[in-house]
Amino acid sequence: MSRNIFRIIFVLFFSVLMAGVVFAASPIKIGALFSVSGPASFLGEPERNTAQMMVAEINKSGGIKGRKLELIVYDTQGDATKAVQAVNKLIKDDKVIAIIGPSTTGDSMAVIPVVEKAEIPLISCAAGIKITDPVKKWVFKTAQNDVLAVAKIYEYLKGQKIAKIAILTVSDGFGSSGREQLTLQSKEFGMQIISDETYGPKDTDMTVQLTKIRDSEAQAIICWGTNPGPAVVARNAKQLGINIPLYMSHGVSSKKFIELAGDGAEGIILPSGRVIVADQLPKSDPQKKALTNYVNKYREHYKVEGDHFGGHAWDAIMLLKGAIERGGKSPAAIRDQLEKTKKFVGIGGTFSYSPQDHAGLTSDAFVLVQIKQNDWKLIK
Amino acid sequence: MNSFRQLFQYILSGLSNGAIYALIGFGFAIIHNATGIINFAQGEFVMLGGMLALFFLTILKLPLVPSIVLAILVSTIVGMSFERLAIRPLKNAKPLNLIIITIGASIFIRGMAMLIWGKDTHALPAFSGNDPLYIAGATILPQHLWIFALTILIIIASRIFFNYSLVGKAMRACAYNPQAASLVGIDVKIMVLLSFVISSAIGSMAGIIIAPLTMTSYDVGIMLGLKGFCAVIIGGMSSGLGTVLGGLLLGLLEALGAGFISASYKDAIAFIILLVILFIRPEGLFKKKETERV
Repeated sequence: MSRNIFRIIFVLFFSVLMAGVVFAASPIKIGALFSVSGPASFLGEPERNTAQMMVAEINKSGGIKGRKLELIVYDTQGDATKAVQAVNKLIKDDKVIAIIGPSTTGDSMAVIPVVEKAEIPLISCAAGIKITDPVKKWVFKTAQNDVLAVAKIYEYLKGQKIAKIAILTVSDGFGSSGREQLTLQSKEFGMQIISDETYGPKDTDMTVQLTKIRDSEAQAIICWGTNPGPAVVARNAKQLGINIPLYMSHGVSSKKFIELAGDGAEGIILPSGRVIVADQLPKSDPQKKALTNYVNKYREHYKVEGDHFGGHAWDAIMLLKGAIERGGKSPAAIRDQLEKTKKFVGIGGTFSYSPQDHAGLTSDAFVLVQIKQNDWKLIK
Repeated sequence: MNSFRQLFQYILSGLSNGAIYALIGFGFAIIHNATGIINFAQGEFVMLGGMLALFFLTILKLPLVPSIVLAILVSTIVGMSFERLAIRPLKNAKPLNLIIITIGASIFIRGMAMLIWGKDTHALPAFSGNDPLYIAGATILPQHLWIFALTILIIIASRIFFNYSLVGKAMRACAYNPQAASLVGIDVKIMVLLSFVISSAIGSMAGIIIAPLTMTSYDVGIMLGLKGFCAVIIGGMSSGLGTVLGGLLLGLLEALGAGFISASYKDAIAFIILLVILFIRPEGLFKKKETERV
């Protein structure tokens, strides 16, 4: 009898102890959807790497309020169907309390109805303006809008007294969204689009379009696309001896572009997040500290340069961390805290969310950089 | 003057792209003429040529010429093993089944390339500089001249090979009637293997020589392969001048269409031409109609 009681006490004691252990170690589960493979892997890969690096760093320094983070990453392959499957898995099987990603606008739009219905906060890393316009209760984003990038270029062109421009955009989601913004904002800035050309994402020769532009009255060319198309444009422009300035979008702000475009890259101007010129920023820049911190850590972990795509994931994790620290225990509380984020200095810019604005950035999130001797040069 | 200069640039751009299509088209023609099948993995040999050359050049740090030779060699070996492992074991298979196998092989090769080399696009350095050459106000790159030269070289070589050498004649005999060919002592299997060897070698050469212009990545073969296929259909599956003219015509129409109508229709133009030719003259533009005796 006494032996049995002893046994029961023993079992009870251990189960309490175990429960305590389980309780203390129960990690905060965060889901992540990135296009690690497929055509948009240039976005998803650095984003996943950054997110994993950040979670490891946070856990090393004791987690958030003593609780470790657990990151569950699924690859969407840039495919909206796979993204929806993955988001369902994250919510139903993995029971995450918040999700970061997806990497592309298409994937993000596809998963939004799912997270809205399940009431799980989502911080998208894609750029499309549709994601947070109109505002959706559970959806935030970290990547800079095309709207801001276009505004930045037009502002600069206006300062250069250039008013007649040619645009050359790729016929995919990124390019057509850019084209839309370029035409929409041209009136506002007094720009006249003389030539409006497009090219296919797989095209390998754009001399025809550029010849047309060369013989028009355009004073500048704006090309909107992601690698490798813009690199071909840059090379073809050099081949044709075009001497009006060439502008690119933020879609090519990685070293890969300079490598592909070779000599053709020289002198090209593009809007970009501050990451690629972190060391050239003046000390007074509020983002300088966060940026150099990110660049150094990324280089330490992965031996390659961090880019501003990875920065979107950095911002998403840090915004989430802030919201959880301020008291977000449940998905609903995290959402409320996210919306109250004010002046968070990240990689993409300084974020201030509000019930009317879930994108959180202004046009100073971009700087203009010029390619000089195979490197980025900040235009002041 | 301006519009003349513009037109001339379109023509020049069109011809340079056309030569690329023709080069890729050759590979289709040679295998088709020896076996009656259309090898849809042809575009992958173009990709392999470019990627392998890049691999030897940048990863193994070999000089340009050995890299090119090795790249052609390795792609040819891939072509050979493709024939030995996937085509030959299927005795008496219908051409349609074999064509489907080539599509499978192309997906397989592309997937392997993606796993080995990743998904990034790469550029090969130009063989002789990037300074454009001016011809009457229009420009082309030295690399285009290399492409034209290789195309001409291949026409001449294939002409001599198929019309004057014993092996070449034997290959033509197999294409015409494999049974009769084997009755007169031609080893049909060897001829089929040889056609794969030649076409994968030509495909990889094309891939290497265009890589400095178009850049290369694991999936570059799909579109280039299809354009090469268009060229060879226009040319009536000939392994000589017909395919070259087909390629040049395709390139020209694409460039003029993009220049005067809209660049958005560039690919559409190529495939509309393909459809029209398949409807109206399935034997190709430059081929005399064959009469079959029964």
